[in-house]
Amino acid sequence: MTTTLTPPTPGASKPAPGRSPTSRRGTAARGRRGDGRFVAICLLPALALFALFMIWPTVSVFRMSLYTWSGFSAQMRFVGLDNFSKLIDDEQFLRAFQNTVALLVVVTVVTMGMGLFLAAVMTRQKLRGHTFYRFVLYIPNVLSVVVIAAIFSAVYDQENGLLNGTLRALSLDGLQQVWLGDQKLVLYSVAIAMLWQSLGYYMVIYMSSMASIPEELYEASALDGAAATRQFFAVTLPLIWQNLRTTLTFFILSAVNLSFVLVRAMTGGGPDGASEVLLSYMYKQAYTNSAYGYGMAIGVVIFAFSFLVSLLVSRATRREPLQF
Amino acid sequence: MTTINKSGPRPGRGLTHLLVGGITLLIMIPVGWVLVASLKRKSEFFGSPWTLPAGLHLQNYVDAFGGAQMGRYFATSVLVTLLGLVFVLAVSVPAAYVVARYEFRGKSIVEVALLAGLFVNVNYIVVPIFLMLVDWDRALVDVFPDGFFLDNPAVLSLVYAATSIPFTIYLLSAYFRSIPEDFEEAALLDGASRFRIMTRVMLPMARPAVTTVILFNFLAYWNDFIIALTLLPGEGKTLQVGLLNLMAAQKAAADPGRLYAGMVIVIVPVLLLYALIQRRLIQGMAAGGVKG
Repeated sequence: MTTTLTPPTPGASKPAPGRSPTSRRGTAARGRRGDGRFVAICLLPALALFALFMIWPTVSVFRMSLYTWSGFSAQMRFVGLDNFSKLIDDEQFLRAFQNTVALLVVVTVVTMGMGLFLAAVMTRQKLRGHTFYRFVLYIPNVLSVVVIAAIFSAVYDQENGLLNGTLRALSLDGLQQVWLGDQKLVLYSVAIAMLWQSLGYYMVIYMSSMASIPEELYEASALDGAAATRQFFAVTLPLIWQNLRTTLTFFILSAVNLSFVLVRAMTGGGPDGASEVLLSYMYKQAYTNSAYGYGMAIGVVIFAFSFLVSLLVSRATRREPLQF
Repeated sequence: MTTINKSGPRPGRGLTHLLVGGITLLIMIPVGWVLVASLKRKSEFFGSPWTLPAGLHLQNYVDAFGGAQMGRYFATSVLVTLLGLVFVLAVSVPAAYVVARYEFRGKSIVEVALLAGLFVNVNYIVVPIFLMLVDWDRALVDVFPDGFFLDNPAVLSLVYAATSIPFTIYLLSAYFRSIPEDFEEAALLDGASRFRIMTRVMLPMARPAVTTVILFNFLAYWNDFIIALTLLPGEGKTLQVGLLNLMAAQKAAADPGRLYAGMVIVIVPVLLLYALIQRRLIQGMAAGGVKG
């Protein structure tokens, strides 16, 4: 994602610093008198909004994590790192942490495996109807999380849900479950909804990356007698490795964020905290418990956690980039 | 759950077709089921979920639009989304152009800040934004006794616009850079002003990127519920928050028809748009590596 942010290539004239009105040579659209004002007028509205609603709130998260504050009263008390040390003994927090990590691992492994398989089959085998498959598989990605939560609430519904209703119709009543009400099952139910939501997205990403691999490489390896499976591991996977690493970062961010919005809309963290994830616990502390400082400390931990995991994963998966 | 077919295509294409088709069905069935169920009568919800409704029970839609106020929420969502798009384009197009084409002091700081902004998720910062707006409302209580910033769709649009500025500028400026400078030089020789060059020469040429940006931001604004839930706590809700309420109400009232109709009202516009522009959407996603 960072590759295209390179400075613009200089045109006919040397780029002059915007504030020096002296450089008037050249015909390109810069280095003219009054550039500074034009730049300022163009840039300031966007920067002001960005600073006001993104930079400042982000700074606030870190600042507030060092205070105890019940919200609307003026009593904001500086407590240093107390909020963080309290977290270590907070069992609900640890449970939310565990749930987040579990979702991160399970959803990433399954989604990535299935996404890679689908992408490889669709690009390599020119499966008939693959544009239709792609169209359908990408649909969940344009639906809102509320809609997905509503769909899965209906699917998992204990009485008339699609799942239990189908099992009953097949006379498999014994397999019926309280999908969202069982402490042991609820996390899997959430994980399946996450998989359902994101499978098509990753498949499309992998497809576009696989489509850029030259056909000759496959022809050459076929001449060497490599079967499709071997081609996948020897040709496809190494060549889309960079892309795979990028999506790992997406997986980490979405395990934190998507799980929260789904849990918020579908289970509310229940039953009894069994599906609580880090961000939903942060919200609970901030709004229901009015412990804003404590909530923000959780936010800081999540932020640090996802940043560190991204960094570690990126380090661990580093390979010499292959050219084709 | 379907497992990955490690053995590849050896057992023949039949098996892969079966697997891919099966996964596709697993995506289609729940969505199709909701569409069908939205036409069922209350009594038809009991028994097998696979029975088709006896007739088209459109009363569900009347209930959802009227009784559950989904019609009103729909209007709010349209307003908020359109305003957000106007705001974000109005501030991001000039900024992206300047970042792409001009040198100025502090440019690298601006670029790094925007790049970092790509990684700030709104879920973290909604609480501080909310508290900030509460503060502003309290400071202005003499002027606006009922508050101004909270429960204001325009402010919600502004927050939407602000949170998508990094992504929008990132995509637009990358595109501006890819346009040769010859066009601007020609326009400059014709005596066009900087502003005119930006709006009349560069903006039309950047149309593909602008379309992509509109698409992704439309989906983000239309589908959001975390920010809307927090910043519009009163009566004027967006469609997503309305649906969330409908879900909660349905649990108590056991009137699923209305909920399914409400879901269809939320799904259909997005699905239609997706059907119309799916190629562009998927291309744009592949090009930008954007998290949707």
